Amino acid sequence: MFSNRLVNILIPLISVFLGLLVGAFIMLGFGYNPLTGYLSLWEGAFGDSYFFGETLRQVTPYILSGLAVAFAFRTGLFNIGVEGQVIMGWLASVWVGLAIDAPMIIHLPLAILAAALAGAAWGFLPGLLKAKLGVHEVIVTIMMNYIALYTSNALVRNVISDGQDRTERIPETASLTSEWLAALTQYSRLHYGLLIALFAAAIMWFILNQTTRGYELRSVGFNQDASRYAGMNVGRNIILSMVISGAFAGLAGAMEGIGTFGYQSVKGGFTNIGFDGIAVALLGGNAAVGVVLAAILFGTLKVGALNMPTSAGVPTELVDIVIAMIIFFVASSYMIRWFLLKMKKEGK
Amino acid sequence: MSYVIEMLNIRKEFPGIVANDNITLQVKQGEIHALLGENGAGKSTLMNVLFGLYQPEKGEIKVRGESVKITDPNVANRLGIGMVHQHFMLVDTFTVTENIILGSEPRKKGTVDIKKAEKEVERLSQLYGLRVDPKAKIRDISVGMQQRVEILKTLYRGAEILIFDEPTAVLTPQEIKELIEIMRVLIREGKSIILITHKLKEIMQVCDRCTVIRKGEGIGTVNVPDTNPNELASLMVGREVTFSTEKQPAQPKEVTLAIQDLNVKDARHVDMVKGLNLKVNAGEIVGLAGVDGNGQSELIEAITGLRKVDSGEVMLNGKSITNLTPRKVTEAGISHIPQDRHRFGLVLDFPIGENMVLQTYHHEPFSKKGVLRYKEIYNKAKALIEEYDVRTPSVYTKARALSGGNQQKAIIGREVDRSPDLIIAAQPTRGLDVGAIEFIHKKLIEERDKGRAVLLLSFELDEIMNLSDRIAVMFGGSIVAEVKPEDTTEQELGLLMAGSKQQKAGGQ
Repeated sequence: MFSNRLVNILIPLISVFLGLLVGAFIMLGFGYNPLTGYLSLWEGAFGDSYFFGETLRQVTPYILSGLAVAFAFRTGLFNIGVEGQVIMGWLASVWVGLAIDAPMIIHLPLAILAAALAGAAWGFLPGLLKAKLGVHEVIVTIMMNYIALYTSNALVRNVISDGQDRTERIPETASLTSEWLAALTQYSRLHYGLLIALFAAAIMWFILNQTTRGYELRSVGFNQDASRYAGMNVGRNIILSMVISGAFAGLAGAMEGIGTFGYQSVKGGFTNIGFDGIAVALLGGNAAVGVVLAAILFGTLKVGALNMPTSAGVPTELVDIVIAMIIFFVASSYMIRWFLLKMKKEGK
Repeated sequence: MSYVIEMLNIRKEFPGIVANDNITLQVKQGEIHALLGENGAGKSTLMNVLFGLYQPEKGEIKVRGESVKITDPNVANRLGIGMVHQHFMLVDTFTVTENIILGSEPRKKGTVDIKKAEKEVERLSQLYGLRVDPKAKIRDISVGMQQRVEILKTLYRGAEILIFDEPTAVLTPQEIKELIEIMRVLIREGKSIILITHKLKEIMQVCDRCTVIRKGEGIGTVNVPDTNPNELASLMVGREVTFSTEKQPAQPKEVTLAIQDLNVKDARHVDMVKGLNLKVNAGEIVGLAGVDGNGQSELIEAITGLRKVDSGEVMLNGKSITNLTPRKVTEAGISHIPQDRHRFGLVLDFPIGENMVLQTYHHEPFSKKGVLRYKEIYNKAKALIEEYDVRTPSVYTKARALSGGNQQKAIIGREVDRSPDLIIAAQPTRGLDVGAIEFIHKKLIEERDKGRAVLLLSFELDEIMNLSDRIAVMFGGSIVAEVKPEDTTEQELGLLMAGSKQQKAGGQ
C-alpha cells in the first residue's frame, strides 16, 4: 500500500497534522476558536510581504542549526551543544564586526568565518573527548552550552563593552543586512543570510553524499567496527563531524549576530535556536532538503505565532504548547511509523 | 499416525516474490524433524508462519489434528510451540533466571518472585539435563550455555514443540555434541523438535525425517535412515554436489606471513596469544584449528591491525607490519574475511554496492580528489556481484536485506578482488549452505593456486581437513602442533585442540 519512501514522507506530514489537531483541541478547551487561531497564525507568517520577510528571516538560523544537528547525527553523534555553538558563533561574528576596520569584501567574510570557526572550536572539544576518552558527547555538549552562555555574557559585559548589557552595533561593512531585501518586504529584517543557509544545505549534502570524507563519516555513523576494519580512522571522523557540525551552528549564530540583530547582548537564557535545531533535524529526517523544509515550518510557526495573541487573542503560552505538540508528535514518529506499517500489513 | 504439527500447502508471498509455495510439513509426535534448504530457500519464512509472525496467503495449519489460526507469537506459545532463535534474544546484564521469566514473571504481592522462578529454572534444567547456573549473568556465560537458556525459555513457557533455528551455527564441536544429547533427552521427555539446518551431517546424526525445500517450494520429505548426505544435498541444491573439494597438491613458495614470539592481550589485559610462532607460505592454505576462545580471534585482530600487539613481530613478505593501522595492513597486501560479518565485514545500512569499496573508496577510479564517483563504484559492484554470484535485487539494496550467504559472498568477492598476498579467512562459511560453502571453498583454492597465501580459521574440522595443506593447532594462545591433513584424523585433531600434546609439540 505504501512504499518505504512514501512512509518516510508521510511520517512528518502526519506528525505536523496531529500536532495541529491536538493544538486545536487545546485552544478549544481554553475557549478559543482554533480556526481563528490558525488563521491568524497563517496571516502572521504569510499575510503580507513584511510577515513573509520575517518568516524567511526566522527560517535562516533554523536551517543552519538544523543542519548542525543533522550532520552530527549522520555520523552517529548527538550534538546537543548546537545551542552553545550558536552563541559562540554569534559572539565571534559580532566581535570581529566591531574589532576590525576593513572594506566589506574582507570584513563580512571574515566575520562569517569567525563565527564558523568559533562554533567549530566549541564542537571540537566534545569531539576530542569522545574520540580519545570515550566521554559521551551529550553530557559534554550540555555543559559546553552553559560555558558558552556565560562566557559570552562575561565577554560582552567586561571586554567588548564597558559594563553594558549589549555591544555596539556592528558597522555596515560586517553586516548581512540588505537594503534591497528589506525594501522588498516592507522593511522586515530579512537579510542575505538566507542565501548562506541554503548554500550550507547544499554543502552538507555534497560533503555527506559526494565525497570520500562523507563516505567515511556515514560509515562511522552506521558501524564503527566495520569502519575500523576498513581502515578508517574512527576517532578522527568523530572529531571532524563535531567540528563541521559546530561550524554550521556557528554560522547560525552569525545569522543573528550580523544579520538580524547586529549586536550581541548579555543573555538571561538560551536562544533556543540550537535546541529547536534538534527538532528541525528530527523532522527533516537528518537530510539536507528535509532540514530546509522543516526549518521553513518552524520559522513559519515561530513568526506566525506572534500574531496569534493580537489578532485571535490566543495567549503566547498556548501557542508554545501547540508548537511543542508538533515536536512531540515528530519525536514519537516511531508510533506513527508503527501505525503505517500495520496498515501496510493489513492493507494487502 | 499422529502428527503434532501439520502445515499443509502453505503459500506466503512478499511484494515481488513468493517465499513459500505449496509447502507441506508434517511433524510426528516425538520425532526430530529436519527442515533442510539453502539460505534463502524459505525455511525461516515457513517457521515464522508457524510461529505467527507471518500470515500465510494459502494453506492450513493443524496442531494435534485441529485446524488453528496462529495470528501472533503469543498464540503459538499457547499452542505449545517454542522457538530457539539463531541469534539469541537475551538481555546481557540480566541473570539466566531473569531472562527465562522475562514476559511471564511469577508474581508475589506485585513484585517478581525470583526465588520461585529460580527453583523452577533449576527443576527444568535438572529434568532436561541443561546445565545452567540460574544466578549467572548472561554476559558471563558461554555461547553454548546461552543457547541452553534459550531452550529453557521455551520449556518454561510450556513448549511441547521446539523449533531450533540453525542451532549449531554458533557452537564449538564439543557444544554441538552436548546439544545433540540435549535434543535426545527432550525427545525422551515427550517433546517434538523441528530442526532448521543445512548441515547434512547433523541431520544424518540426529533426525528421524527430513523435509527439503528449494527456492520456496516443497521438494518432499524423506526418512533419514533411508537416505544419505549426497542425496540430501542434491535434493536441496537441485544438482549434484561435491563434498570433498577437489584440489591439487599445494606448491608452497616463499614465506608470505611470518609471526614470531607474538604476544597479544585482550580488552581485559589477559594474555590471549602467548609466544606464538607461525609461517604461511605463498601458494598454501594453512588451517588454524582450535576450540573457540584459545586466542584465534586475538591473533587475527593483531595481524590485521585491529588489536595492539604486545610484543613480538608480524612480517609480511619480509617487512614488519607489526602494529600498523588496519589501513596500512590492508594496503600492504592483506585481505581479511572477518569472523563476524555483521559487526566488521559490512556496513549493513549502506547499499551493497557501496560496501564493495569499503577499503578502496579513496582510490581511483572510485573517487577523484576526494569526490566519489558513483558510476565507477557501482560498475565495480555490479561486476563483483556477477562474478561472485551474489543474489540481490540490485546493487542499491541495503546490505542488511541480503541473506547471510550472499552477504558473505559479497565480502569474499571484495576481499579476493584486491589481489592480496595473504587472505585471512575467519570462519568463511559459518552459517552458510552447501552450495555457498562449495563456492567459497573453490574460490579459496583458486586463490591458493594463483600463488596467494591463505590463513584459514575454522571451527569446523571438516573444513579444516578439506581445505588445508597444513594444519596448525592453536591451544592456550600458541600453536601446539602442526600436522598435515593426510597424516591425521579428526580424532587426533580433537585431542590436540583439547590440549593433549602427545603429538610432536611446539610450533615450528
